[in-house]
Amino acid sequence: MTNQDEHKEGIGGMINPRRYGIERVAYLLMRLSGLGLLAYFIGHIYETSSILKGQIGWNEFLELTQTNEGHIILAIVIAMCVFHTVNGIRVMLGQGGVGVGKPARPDYPYIPASQNVRHKMGIYSAIILAAIAMMYGLAVMFGE
Amino acid sequence: MAQIPIITEASTTPSPKVITLRIARYNPQHDSNKKFMEFNIPYERWTTVLEAILEVKKYFDHSVAVRYSCRQATCGSCGMIINGKPRLACFTKISELNSNVVTVEPMNNFPVIRDLAVKFERLFNTHHKVKPYLIHDDSEITTDSKEFLQSPKELEKYIQFSNCIKCGLCNSACPTMATDSLFVGPQALAQAYRYVADSRDKGKDTRLKIIDESHGIWRCHFAGSCSQVCPKGVDPAMGIQLLRGYMLGFRS
Ligand code: HEM
Ligand code: SF4
Ligand code: FES
Repeated sequence: MTNQDEHKEGIGGMINPRRYGIERVAYLLMRLSGLGLLAYFIGHIYETSSILKGQIGWNEFLELTQTNEGHIILAIVIAMCVFHTVNGIRVMLGQGGVGVGKPARPDYPYIPASQNVRHKMGIYSAIILAAIAMMYGLAVMFGE
Repeated sequence: MAQIPIITEASTTPSPKVITLRIARYNPQHDSNKKFMEFNIPYERWTTVLEAILEVKKYFDHSVAVRYSCRQATCGSCGMIINGKPRLACFTKISELNSNVVTVEPMNNFPVIRDLAVKFERLFNTHHKVKPYLIHDDSEITTDSKEFLQSPKELEKYIQFSNCIKCGLCNSACPTMATDSLFVGPQALAQAYRYVADSRDKGKDTRLKIIDESHGIWRCHFAGSCSQVCPKGVDPAMGIQLLRGYMLGFRS
């Protein structure tokens, strides 16, 4: 069957964060920050390997991070790191069945207990902490 | 003596409110693309989207393909995308959509038969795969005097999940389903939990083994969209995480 026959929503539907609340936004940010950190990690190994070229090579490479662009990229890495870690802890707890509510007799209007305040607070905390860490990072880097 | 309320002229002839109903038309046998047909439909505060579609079938174009039966959120037939989100057409009032345009499309992640009707084979297969029945070596069939007693407390543990009407809205909202059609899906996983949590059932290990595969439970990322669209309060995301709690050893 082709994609059209299957009528799957595809990647566009998967990453669309607008329809299903903050939980779906967190899902998207988790994926993006995971992939972003992976990219940074690979770049980081490559960067630190320049020490094999001696002190001059190392310093030359390090200068890349001293530019405005370098500062901004590092600030984004800080934000991704904080969001991914804090939200990662929330996701791991949730996926182990912690804080997802207790089964009960459902009643109209059927508010799902798993989409509760505790998890929403976790997501907002992750976003706010990431923003604070990023701003602190920017202040330190640009304030030199 | 009973008072007869005075009916004013204004309340007997309210100005009819009208929406534009956009219906996706597509027949995979000979159309290359989905096209939309537009109809102006008058509605009241209580008119449902399904009623508006049936109005179209009755007065404008009877060839619109739509599946429905109970008209009361019980049969699970009328799931479709209404203004961008999966909903039951019979359980969605036009007035609650707060829009002058109502767009209806076939559910995502289900192959289209025609217009709004989609194929359910895959959902029924995955549902069947998790063994949606009580597994018990001492079944009612072999002994005729046996009763399976259950306390109200034991009932509470799974009753919410037995509310599922197999409408497929959850599978249509799921971000994993959007790219992986082999994924077992929130509907079937919630049903796996429904039987695992039943005090009369002995099939826990069998079911956990069935969903512990590469397109099984581990593909769930707890985005929760399934629970947000479920019209019956099943909350599949909760069931899935509780199930995973067993598998990870958080629960026993
Ligand atoms: C303390 C640190 C970390 C924690 C607690 C954490 C936690 C998690 C969790 C729970 C997931 C699964 C999310 C889901 O089910 O949707 C995940 C996904 C992922 N993580 Fe991390 N992680 C951490 C650090 C890192 C680092 C350093 C990297 C990169 C080198 C990374 C890269 C990824 C990637 C690529 C994914 C997959 C994204 C996806 O498919 O949605 N993580 N992480
Ligand atoms: S879990 Fe809810 S949304 Fe999914 S099929 Fe059952 S009733 Fe429909
Ligand atoms: S017609 Fe039965 S659920 Fe809508």
